[in-house]
Amino acid sequence: MMERNEKAAIIRMFHVFKRFGKKNALVDITLDIFKNEFVFICGPSGAGKSTLLKLLYLGETLSEGQILIEGVNISRIQRKKIPLLRREFGIVFQDFKLIPTKTVFENVALVLEAKGKKSSVTQKKVKSVLRIVGIEKKLNAFPPTLSGGEQQRVAVARAVVGEPKIILADEPTGSLDIVSADVIIDLLDKFHSRGATVIMATHNESLPNKINGRVIHLREGHLETLTAGRQD
Amino acid sequence: MNQFVTRAIKDIFKNGYLNTVAVTTIALSIFIVSAFGLFVLNTNDMITAWKKGIRIMAYLRSGISNEKLVEIEFKIKQHDGVQDAHFISKEEALIFLREKMKGQSSLLEDLDKNPLPDAFEISLALSLKDMTDIETLAERIESIPLVTDVEYGQVWLKRFVNIFNLFRLAAFGMGGLFFMASVFIIGNTIRLVLYSRREEIEIMRLVGATERFIKIPFYIEGFILGALGGLIGIIASFLGFLLVSSNIFQGISSDLFMIRFFPSDISLGIILCSIFVGWLGCYLSLKQFLKEY
Ligand SMILES: Nc1ncnc2c1ncn2[C@@H]1O[C@H](COP(=O)(O)OP(=O)(O)O)[C@@H](O)[C@H]1O
Ligand SMILES: [Mg+2]
Repeated sequence: MMERNEKAAIIRMFHVFKRFGKKNALVDITLDIFKNEFVFICGPSGAGKSTLLKLLYLGETLSEGQILIEGVNISRIQRKKIPLLRREFGIVFQDFKLIPTKTVFENVALVLEAKGKKSSVTQKKVKSVLRIVGIEKKLNAFPPTLSGGEQQRVAVARAVVGEPKIILADEPTGSLDIVSADVIIDLLDKFHSRGATVIMATHNESLPNKINGRVIHLREGHLETLTAGRQD
Repeated sequence: MNQFVTRAIKDIFKNGYLNTVAVTTIALSIFIVSAFGLFVLNTNDMITAWKKGIRIMAYLRSGISNEKLVEIEFKIKQHDGVQDAHFISKEEALIFLREKMKGQSSLLEDLDKNPLPDAFEISLALSLKDMTDIETLAERIESIPLVTDVEYGQVWLKRFVNIFNLFRLAAFGMGGLFFMASVFIIGNTIRLVLYSRREEIEIMRLVGATERFIKIPFYIEGFILGALGGLIGIIASFLGFLLVSSNIFQGISSDLFMIRFFPSDISLGIILCSIFVGWLGCYLSLKQFLKEY
């Protein structure tokens, strides 16, 4: 059992602490996340959800403990190699984080350009992803002219266009109306069913009901319930 | 690579005002430094031409044997800075003088004895830069036995060269100053652009863009600003040169010396220098900025 889990674990956290000065944002987190899981990290605001996601993509460095991603201890990754780690992830934020001066197409294409993909490949790939999220008609629009739901769809497109193994979503529906929120959840589920591992942080406890996933509760930096194994 | 260039050019137009200021600053700096540079270049040419004309005359005691003459010539030529020494006998000198004084030659015709001395006419190597070197050389030649006297003209040149050296120093100083000012302005322009786009840079990092990917468009931008400023500066300098040289300075030119613009390799060097300024400004502000954000 243990052996099987180890093989399938894409992310392993061992006794991870994160402190900001005296403040303990995360306390002794030990957690495995398995390939192709859909994991909800739930907890009230300030619980440490965003911090946990940031540790994964090295947006912050941990204070203590170890994180392995696909067997690699990420604390050992050189500064220069951080971009390579980030390409393992597609990240969706509550505030979208789209570049307002670039078109929808350019925002999504950026990921592939940064990887040095040929522009013909980029063209095709970006268009197909924009079709999947249903925003292909707004290819040349600038993000500020779009609704929140549309902007988040672009953000999802950007997150998945590089075919990352892991999708991190930090309150992706936090600033959307219910209908738009459902669209985003459905999209994330769609990419989950195509093989991605999805980790979503949310303070909305009812959100997990919509999807068959594992729920992890964080409170003041502590892991509350740990449901071992998979539930799918 | 293409996409980087496109991104850089788009950025330049997006920040049109800032970039216009940057290009103008560089162009103006180059124009001013070029004006000084051209002055120095042409004055230097002029001085070289004059120096070429300087001769030291070494007059000899009368009645020197041929062996002695050969010895003296050898001694003169031994000195550094002597390019050639040409013997002028007193007979030749007299003929030359008569030639020169045609019409009034009755003065000379009455002479029953040639009053002129034998002499060596010494031409100088161009490596003699300072007038003091020429002075020292003249003194040394004077101390050769059987040389009675030396003579060299253009003492005024010494003063002129001294003043000119001051100008040259000033030109270098100004060059350095404008160089730094240009680096500062370009650096500042790029910094402002970076600052206005720090969110974009953060997003690029989040999606896995390398620092190199983020930096390249800025370097291209600095390169274009530098090249454009350099080109405009050089063209402006050339036009200014044409204007001034066709009016004011025509009188100064002669067979020995032609007023001229920078040769093409120096012009190219100035543009390269300007590109370097663009690059350096970029490098410095990127280094600082990416550390802070
Ligand atoms: N950069 C930071 N500096 C200081 N404190 C921080 C920083 N980021 C987060 N924190 C603190 O860590 C705790 C967890 O924050 P966060 O992970 O953003 O919570 P959540 O996303 O669950 O709302 C909070 O108390 C927050 O104030
Ligand atoms: Mg948060």
